[in-house]
Amino acid sequence: MAAEIGLLTLWLAFGASISLALFPALGVKLQNPSLMLLGNWFAALVFALLSLSVAALGAAFLADDFSVAYVANHSNTLLPWYYKLTAVWGSHEGSILFQVWILSCWLLALSLGGRSIELAFKAKVFSVLGLVTLALIAFIVFTSSPFERLLPFAPNEGSDLNPLLQDFGMIIHPPLLYVGYVGTAVAFAFAMASLIERRDDDKWAQWAQPWALVGMVFLSVGITIGSWWAYAELGWGGWWFWDPVENASLMPWLVSVALVHSLSVNVQRGIFRSWTVLLAISAFSLSLLGTFLVRSGVITSVHAFATDPERGMFILWILLLVVGGSLFTFALRAPTQAVQRKYGLLSREFFLLLNNLFLVVITFTVLIGTLWPLIADALNWGKISVGAQYFNWVALPIFALTVLTAPMAPFLNWKKTQSNRLTSRIIVPLALALVLALVIGFSGGYHWQGYLVWFSGLAIILASASVPWYSRSKQRGFKSIRATVWGMTFAHAGLGVCVVGVGMTSLESVERDVRMGAGEPVAIGDVSFTVERFYRLDGPNYAAEAADVIVNEGSSVTRLTAEKRRYLASGQIMTEAAVDAGFTRDVYVAMGEQLDNGDWAMRLQVKPFMRWVWYGGGLVAFGALLSAFGRRSRRRETMEVGE
Amino acid sequence: MHPARKKRLLLIVLMVVGVSVATAAIVTAMSQNLNLFFPPRDVAAGKAPENTTFRVGGLVKPGSVSRDQSSLAVNFVIYDMEAEVAVSYEGILPDLFAEDEAAVATGQLTNGVFVATQVLAKHDENYTPPEVADAMREQAEEGSYE
Repeated sequence: MAAEIGLLTLWLAFGASISLALFPALGVKLQNPSLMLLGNWFAALVFALLSLSVAALGAAFLADDFSVAYVANHSNTLLPWYYKLTAVWGSHEGSILFQVWILSCWLLALSLGGRSIELAFKAKVFSVLGLVTLALIAFIVFTSSPFERLLPFAPNEGSDLNPLLQDFGMIIHPPLLYVGYVGTAVAFAFAMASLIERRDDDKWAQWAQPWALVGMVFLSVGITIGSWWAYAELGWGGWWFWDPVENASLMPWLVSVALVHSLSVNVQRGIFRSWTVLLAISAFSLSLLGTFLVRSGVITSVHAFATDPERGMFILWILLLVVGGSLFTFALRAPTQAVQRKYGLLSREFFLLLNNLFLVVITFTVLIGTLWPLIADALNWGKISVGAQYFNWVALPIFALTVLTAPMAPFLNWKKTQSNRLTSRIIVPLALALVLALVIGFSGGYHWQGYLVWFSGLAIILASASVPWYSRSKQRGFKSIRATVWGMTFAHAGLGVCVVGVGMTSLESVERDVRMGAGEPVAIGDVSFTVERFYRLDGPNYAAEAADVIVNEGSSVTRLTAEKRRYLASGQIMTEAAVDAGFTRDVYVAMGEQLDNGDWAMRLQVKPFMRWVWYGGGLVAFGALLSAFGRRSRRRETMEVGE
Repeated sequence: MHPARKKRLLLIVLMVVGVSVATAAIVTAMSQNLNLFFPPRDVAAGKAPENTTFRVGGLVKPGSVSRDQSSLAVNFVIYDMEAEVAVSYEGILPDLFAEDEAAVATGQLTNGVFVATQVLAKHDENYTPPEVADAMREQAEEGSYE
């Protein structure tokens, strides 16, 4: 029954999204405000219907209704209830439904918020988003419905959820990432509406800003948690693999970061207009491209779903329509009168331009590396894969350049900056960073690269932190500083924290695959590992071999339990690594395979400052969030003053 | 020259230089990091290059996996319908590595043995790496015409 309700509400949502695309646009055409206002109602209706549909799928999972093919393939009576619920987005059909539902959450947010947006403009935004929703729902109902029944031969037992996905990280990582992915559609809709209206002011950029920021927040958190999940679940201690699907999420993020910066120039200085529009279009197109890469199975990747050419073609068509349609509109309607404003080399505009340029170039190189196997295959150049080294060689140097500009930008004024004023301000954090880097580098006994990593990381952190320090007012102190400035400070400092994390783990990690018997200690640096015992451990839907490992580190002793699980329904084997997380280092123990005499092949790792990669990602997201909502509250303040 | 024109010229020269440097970097990095894929029959036929990194993929031959007694060295055979390739690897094999299942190894061919630096297996029950699936399909189709 639940499956039928789900399918019915999905079709109704299909109809509602047609109305969402149609009525506001009609209202604009007829200049009828009440028709335009219908956008709000249809947005809420699409949300309500899709919520029912997702809830129906969840109910089918909870009821172990194995006559539904999707449930039968991805659940099992032994599966704990929370994994039954998260299985809703555990595979292709359900996750695409979930993704559309999240788009409808954005629709709801837009209909409830965004009150400052002009009615006619909002109507156009709704129409564009209605079309996007329509396309995605069509994709579900025509190629990948999660509600198909296996009748009359329903199995008695399901074949279980992929064990990789039975993890806390998996509960939260995909939803967050989807929110970010789909969020790019919102900025896209704003940009398209501005083209359709042929706007020659910068109001639209002001309206779009918080939405683009919130989208970026979710992308940042999603990618950060994804990296953490890969580390804990499948990476053997690796946290970034330049896997096509990781790249697929990185590219929209890079462009979104460029977009929020470009939007701020747009709002404050009225320049970079066409560029901003193009970035918004690119971010959404790259999100769709990512969806295509994941769903079509054209690329060898840890994330790839089983191949289905039909689905791939469908998304490819959506992608072509979006890219073609939006670029065509852009060609016809781009702001023709470019605003000319002079700015010097030492100006905030110029540095933000550089930032945008670097980010776009990184995106481009990642895009080429990701798509190259597809291009080569299409042209019959053989089946190739692009090694991770390609990305490290090409993207990392440009990323280093980006990192260099980040701490400078906040010290620069719009138009131009006196160089002596800049030097006198930036010299303090730089000197402090140098001293600290020398102290830390010396006490850690690092190579020169280690010193460099600490210096650049600390320089960014301290330079960012000194911005509120310098700009606080005499009377009110730090209270005078706007939330957006705090936001920028946190986000940039997060970048610095991330630099330290990435640099230190890459340079100083020790990784060893060793043969271990019970009671034989193995040492890595000043950390010693001893297996106390190997034993059998049974979980609700798996049986495991486990190892208790004693980690001795100076005076502190930690006991870790690593597992090798065998899931009963599928027979799949999973490694559950044991991690002792720490502020300055992670200790990582994973069981490899059992060897002939009862010993185990184990992987032991000590990874300095591993957490900082994710702390940094979190700070970036927090900063962007402050910036998004700070803007809102400031506007409210000025309104109150105006009244 | 007019100062404005001079500035524009400088900008264009800079852009050309920048684009060339970027292209050169991409091409170099690409040419050294592209790994071609060969099924075992192509390796056996001598189509794969010696001393160059490439990938070989097929099924793991039942009974061929042997572990060294004292280290983490392991030897196994990857085969397809027509040929076999001996692979040696040192380290931990992925969880889903199993006999008669698909695997893809990255490494170099030295003295007839494929020395792998990385071994990938499928990541869930229903998934086969596309290259392996394609090669199998090709061979199956060719077989039906013979």
